[in-house]
Amino acid sequence: MRFVTVSGPPSSGKTSVILKTIESLKQRGMKSGVVKFDCLYTDDDKLYEKHGIPVKKGLSGALCPDHYFVSNVSESFEWGVKKGVDILVSESAGLCNRCSPHIKEILAVCVIDNLSGINTPKKIGPMLKSADIVIITKGDIVSQAEREVFASRVAAVNPTASILHVNGITGQGAYELSTLFADDKTETETLDGKSLRFSMPSALCSYCLGEKRIGAKYQMGNVRKMDVDNG
Amino acid sequence: MDRNNLLHEKFSDVLIEIPFAGDFFESQGLDVPQGSVAEFVNSLSEAKMEDLGIDPDEFLDNFVSFVEAVGSLTEKTSRIDSLKIIGGINKSGEQENFELEIKAGEVICIVGPTGSGKSRLLADIEWMAMGDTPTKRHIKINGSDPDKSWRFSPEHKPVAQLSQNMNFVMDLSAKEFVMIHAESRFIRDSQEKVDLIIQKANELAGEQFTADTPVTSLSGGQSRALMIADTAFLSKSPIVLIDEIENAGIDRKKALELLVGEEKIVLMSTHDPILALMGDKRLVIKNGGVHDIITTSDKERGNLVGLQELDQKLQDLRNRIRS
Repeated sequence: MRFVTVSGPPSSGKTSVILKTIESLKQRGMKSGVVKFDCLYTDDDKLYEKHGIPVKKGLSGALCPDHYFVSNVSESFEWGVKKGVDILVSESAGLCNRCSPHIKEILAVCVIDNLSGINTPKKIGPMLKSADIVIITKGDIVSQAEREVFASRVAAVNPTASILHVNGITGQGAYELSTLFADDKTETETLDGKSLRFSMPSALCSYCLGEKRIGAKYQMGNVRKMDVDNG
Repeated sequence: MDRNNLLHEKFSDVLIEIPFAGDFFESQGLDVPQGSVAEFVNSLSEAKMEDLGIDPDEFLDNFVSFVEAVGSLTEKTSRIDSLKIIGGINKSGEQENFELEIKAGEVICIVGPTGSGKSRLLADIEWMAMGDTPTKRHIKINGSDPDKSWRFSPEHKPVAQLSQNMNFVMDLSAKEFVMIHAESRFIRDSQEKVDLIIQKANELAGEQFTADTPVTSLSGGQSRALMIADTAFLSKSPIVLIDEIENAGIDRKKALELLVGEEKIVLMSTHDPILALMGDKRLVIKNGGVHDIITTSDKERGNLVGLQELDQKLQDLRNRIRS
C-alpha cells in the first residue's frame, strides 16, 4: 500500500483538497482511504463517508495531537491494509506550527492557504519545510500578484518542494496533484521501524502533568523563560 | 559559485556575487551570517535549530537549492514565439480534431456557455498538458514539448493568470505591494518598474489613485488596472490567461494593447462581444470541447467600431449619473 501524510494549519483546505484528489485517483482506478486526526471534534469523517471513502477518525482529546498521531499512525496503516486500499492518506492539522507528521520515505504534503498572510511560510516549521509537495489553496480569492508573492515565499523556505495551486471548491489543480500521488510508486509494507523526518516538539513540564497554577514555583521540568528585561 | 564556495566563503563575498542570497536568511527570519554559511549553521544552538524546524544538513542543502533555483530565475528566460494547442476529446469522448498555433502578440478569445469547458482549456495551458488531462489535449511551446518541471515551480511558469477575482488581503499601499511583488521576482531596477506600473494602471483605471493608496481600498476597476499593468510589466510570463474581465470599469482596449505590446500571447475567456471581437480569433467551446475556430472578419471588425461607440455612450451616461 502507498501512504501519504497530508498536514496543514486548521481551515487551510486539507479535506477539500484530499476529497477532490481522491476523486481524480478514482478515475485512474485507484482506491483510496483516509485517516483523519483531529483534537476535540470533527465532522470530516462523515464527509468522506458520503463520498464512499473508507475513513478512520482519531481524536487526541487531552493529549498533544502530534504525539497522538505518531502513537497511532502504524495501527492506522494496518487498518488501511485491511481495507484493501491502494493509497492511504493521513490528514492532520499542525496546530502549533512546530509539529510535523512527515515520515522519512513517505510522500509528505503540506497544505497552506493564500489568506493566511505572506509571513506565514516563515512561521511554519518542519511541516512545511520538510514537505515534498506544497499545496497552496484559496488562490481564487486573491490576485495573481499575491499568489506569486506567497508562492515565492514558500519556495524560499522549501526550495526543493513541488509547489502546486489547488482550488478546493472547483477542484482545479486536483487532477494534477493526483498525478503526483499516482507517480510516486513507493509501496510500503509497514510503518514499524520508520522514522519521523523531524522530532516532535519536546515537552515535559508540570503543565503536561496537569498543573493549573501559574507562577515560577509551580513550574518544573522542561521550562523555557522569555527574556522580558532585554531586547 | 559551486556548493563548496557557497558554504565556506565569507558570506559578504558571496553576497557581492549573488545579491539575492541574503533573502534566504531574511525569509526565515534569520540575521545574515557574519562569517561563512557553514560557520553560521554550526554556531546555531540546538534549541535555535529545533525552533527553525530543520536539520543542519537540510538547511545547507536548502540554501544551495535556493541559490540554484533563483539563479535560473534571474537568467533571461528563453523566448516563447509560439504556443500550439493540439485537440483532444470533448465530454462525450468525441475527437476535437484541431490544431491551433498562436504567435507572440496574438489575442485569442474563448467563448461558450458557462460550464462548457472554457476554464478547463485555460487549465490545460497552465498545466502544459501532454495528453495527461481529462481532455487529452497537448500543448507545445515553440513546436516542442514543454519542460515538465514548469508544472511545479510557480516562479518558472511561463503562464500568468488574471482571474475574475482581484481581491487583496495584504495590508500595503499600492507602491509597497508592487515593490514586494517585484522583489519576489528578484527584479533589479524595481523602483523604476513600480513607478511605471502605477502610472500605466492609472491610464487604464477610470478613477485615479496614488502610489500611497492602500490596495485594500482600491475599487474593483483600479485593482484590475493595477493587476493588468503589473502582469504586463513585472511578470515575465510570456503567456497570459485571462478569465473574464468584463465588469471591470477599465479601458479594456488599452488593457489588451498593454499586454500585447509586451509581445505576450493572450488567451481570454469572455462573454463580452466587444472583447470577443478584439481578438484575432475566437475558440467556440461546447460540451467540453473546441467546437469551432473563427477568425475575426473585417465585417466583424467594422461592427466592433459601432459596438465601441455604444459602449462609450453607456460609459458616459454612467459617469454622468455618478457626478
